Amino acid sequence: MTLLSNTAVLLGKELRTEFRSRELLTTTVVFILTVVVLFSFTFDPTTSESRRFGPGLLWLAFLFAASLMLQPCFLREQNNDTLSALRLSVNDPFAIFLAKLIANTVFLLLTEMLMLPVFAVLYNVHILSVIPQLALVLFLGSLGVAIPGTAFSAISAQARMRELMLPLLLLPLLTPVLIASTEATAALLDPHPELRRDWLGFLAGFDVVFLTALWLFGEYLLEE
Amino acid sequence: MTTPAFSPTGIRFENIDKRYGGLYALRRVSLNVAPGECVVFAGRNGSGKTTLLRIAARLVRASSGQVSYVNGQGEVFEARTATGFVAHATMVYDELTAEENLVLFAKLQGFSEPAGRAETLLREVGLLERRDSLVRTFSRGMRQRMAIARALLNEPSVLLLDEPATGLDPQGITWLADSLRRLRDAGRTIVMSLHGESEISSLATRAIRLDAGSIAADTRAGANLRSILTFADA
Repeated sequence: MTLLSNTAVLLGKELRTEFRSRELLTTTVVFILTVVVLFSFTFDPTTSESRRFGPGLLWLAFLFAASLMLQPCFLREQNNDTLSALRLSVNDPFAIFLAKLIANTVFLLLTEMLMLPVFAVLYNVHILSVIPQLALVLFLGSLGVAIPGTAFSAISAQARMRELMLPLLLLPLLTPVLIASTEATAALLDPHPELRRDWLGFLAGFDVVFLTALWLFGEYLLEE
Repeated sequence: MTTPAFSPTGIRFENIDKRYGGLYALRRVSLNVAPGECVVFAGRNGSGKTTLLRIAARLVRASSGQVSYVNGQGEVFEARTATGFVAHATMVYDELTAEENLVLFAKLQGFSEPAGRAETLLREVGLLERRDSLVRTFSRGMRQRMAIARALLNEPSVLLLDEPATGLDPQGITWLADSLRRLRDAGRTIVMSLHGESEISSLATRAIRLDAGSIAADTRAGANLRSILTFADA
């Protein structure tokens, strides 16, 4: 109960500070829009080519945007040593991670929801008929990005060259998420859309494994 | 949880070592701070003052040894409930208002009426009129008041302060000294690190000089106390 109530309080703080400043959302949306538009200039977006390359490009753009978005997650807790204040206040430090990773997932999903229509228009793909299935893939994929991303954000915030550290640690680790999300998205954009349960199962398994690891070892990541 | 009444509590440091790789930040520090004492840690930069205070607050894990909080009846308390910690930094969010900050931390600490607790503390530190202002608009002195208010949320019996006067103007130092005097007189144990003599160091009932991670001198109030503070600053 304390874990859940502390998580809810901290999630409220994360959402309030972000929606007050809109720093993360604005920069990420602008970045991802630029990437998607630039990618669209690199080949002729006929429907068949878009179905081949589109999902990969889309998830690469999401991944780069996520690494940008996740960077300040713990870094801004260092400005006034507020992370120490949180550690002194909560019973279970996992609440800090849980709140941050839920907030990061929400921010990522918001960005993705804003970008999907742009992607559909620029790459000439039809997504309306598969919106619910696509939402499920986006949710599991975003969670797969946010869980290790939040953990590595905590590690990199205490490191030298912290701006470089997060993408260096995160991007190789997220290769399986990229592959699974891309394959699941590609199957949905096919002329005969299919919800690939094997890739969804893989994403769900990845999420569970990393969430468990974060729950078990997260406390050590917050120590000085 | 309602506002807890504190019980005067002391601190027992037993053989504290802290190593960073092969480098000792603290070496075999053993120390008993009695309930109600006001102890000043003095020493040059890098002597281990901050590390010792952060170990006491359980923000840093000692390589070996332990810290315990024990009251006069021998009851042992958790650091989280017994202590309030004021660091170099303010430990509050610039993007939140003064009230939002205190309500946030009061909720995390399980207060059933966080808004009421926040209001009481804002009144105590003289920031009630600025309750709706973002902390980023505050002066250094006001931020330090916020830091003290946050540290006092859980009505701690032990207050740990790491160079609390840093960056304060003379007015701010006087306010801080008055506040700490009231807290000390109310029976709270105060342990703080300071550089040199000041209005605040005059509150000390004991001074301990750290040198290269070890206790180099330990004296109770009197002429020696002054010599420890000034030597450390030399």
